Amino acid sequence: MSLIELHHVSKRFGPLVVLNDLSLNIEAGQSLVILGASGSGKSVLLKHIVGLLRPDRGEVWFDGTRIDTLSERQLMPLRRRFGFLFQMGALFDSLTVRENVAFPLREHTQKGSEEIGRLVKQKLAMVGLPDAGPKMPGELSGGQRKRVALARAIALGPEVILYDEPTTGLDPIRSDVINELILKLQRELNVTSIVVTHDMQSAFKVADRMVMLHEGKLIIDGPPAAIRNSDDPIVRRFVAGEANEQELASLE
Amino acid sequence: MFATFGARSYDSSRMAIAVIESIGQKTNNALAVFGDFWRFSGRTFGWLAFGGLRWKNLRLLLPQMYEVGVRSVPVIAITGAFIGMVMAIETYTQFKTIGQEYRLGSIINLSVVKQIGPVLAAVMLAGRIGGALTAELGTMNVTEQLDAMRVMGADPIRYLVVPRLLACLLLTPMLTIYSDMLGVLGGWLIAVKSLGIPNQPYWFYSAQGVDTWQVMEGIVKSFFFGGAIGLISCYKGFNCGSGASGVGRACTESFVTSFIAIIVLNFFFAQLMKDWYITIYGVRGIFG
Repeated sequence: MSLIELHHVSKRFGPLVVLNDLSLNIEAGQSLVILGASGSGKSVLLKHIVGLLRPDRGEVWFDGTRIDTLSERQLMPLRRRFGFLFQMGALFDSLTVRENVAFPLREHTQKGSEEIGRLVKQKLAMVGLPDAGPKMPGELSGGQRKRVALARAIALGPEVILYDEPTTGLDPIRSDVINELILKLQRELNVTSIVVTHDMQSAFKVADRMVMLHEGKLIIDGPPAAIRNSDDPIVRRFVAGEANEQELASLE
Repeated sequence: MFATFGARSYDSSRMAIAVIESIGQKTNNALAVFGDFWRFSGRTFGWLAFGGLRWKNLRLLLPQMYEVGVRSVPVIAITGAFIGMVMAIETYTQFKTIGQEYRLGSIINLSVVKQIGPVLAAVMLAGRIGGALTAELGTMNVTEQLDAMRVMGADPIRYLVVPRLLACLLLTPMLTIYSDMLGVLGGWLIAVKSLGIPNQPYWFYSAQGVDTWQVMEGIVKSFFFGGAIGLISCYKGFNCGSGASGVGRACTESFVTSFIAIIVLNFFFAQLMKDWYITIYGVRGIFG
């Protein structure tokens, strides 16, 4: 049995079908990249995996437990096994960086202040921001916010880290720092990584398996080489970053 | 001709069906929101009962008490004092024309402690705190901070709603007492110091017209007003639309819904308390 399984998942928001009978298995230790155009439902898929959204039809399983039928309270212990890096970081803006990273530790462990302080320093050092502790999130740049959010996501030592467009809005250098960080965490913490992105450079760098979402379905699933050499016109255009005539016609 | 008549009849039945469908859809949506609000309230009270008073949660309460209580003091003070002063000015002429101006204290103070004080204090709080709570939680919602909390295995209702609701429940009665005191003081200032009613009969008739029951009525209902403000504001913040416009709309809805809840609750309290009062003490008027 795979660590994460989605069986025939469908989700719609009003008339808009976002996921359409989608099935996906993710093995432990894998580094999976989910590709897709903006608005194709990548983030919605990610939120189903952690129970933030419930499917209209289908099932979501994590480590042998069906999670789409669990209550918020029943989901809590399972969610501690996940780390989630949100697109904009989602740092609590009324708390300092140190308090943000300490939040899950204070919530779920009985550790004392000294031990928590030491762990926070260690996590911030892992993301290359050892001195950011006293700062407020508003004082940080976009890249720094994401790194702090990542430090918070790994605070409890998760088994799975979900990255929602980790390089969006960052310059190429900062994007590469985040990519290296994803690889470093994969190596050092031996976690399962699921990365949602439309940044192809980032995708090829971190993935050992890639899937592509189009109109609510997975249209390709394989190693990065299979995506690079795909004959599927949609995949080829996405990898090359080329709009078709229909998309260009909307400009006129 | 028959074909035209048939087509018109078909169009009007389609219109009627569309109207009925639209009414049905709106009713359905309203009931869904109502049900969702009570589920949200149930979860909040669940956390309040089972763990709301743990130290870990109480430390979240103090900043909220400061925000809801301390920072509302100036606005409540001004509202309370001016209510009393306006009541004195407005009622003086009427009472003087029937030669009962000495009894002015009873009507001013009764109105202040029983009705106008608690209701206006609650409305002011709905505007000040309700708007702030909805804006804060709404912004957290649209920036995915609430989702981040859920993903970290912390229920945002326990962490964010329970301390805010507790602060509203505990401090709205306190602020109402403060507003009442300033209303009484404002009324006395105008009636005695400005309009020249003697001090002794002013307080004598005040004590005759206002008893502990009426003071308590205002305080008890303010507890429920506080609960309504806290729950509605937090619910609206948790369920706001996307972007800045979504948060703005939620703030407006939060104030309007809180205001309506206060007015409706006040009506039911007035009826309930009057019935209880008559059952216990019998009918009693302000003119003895």
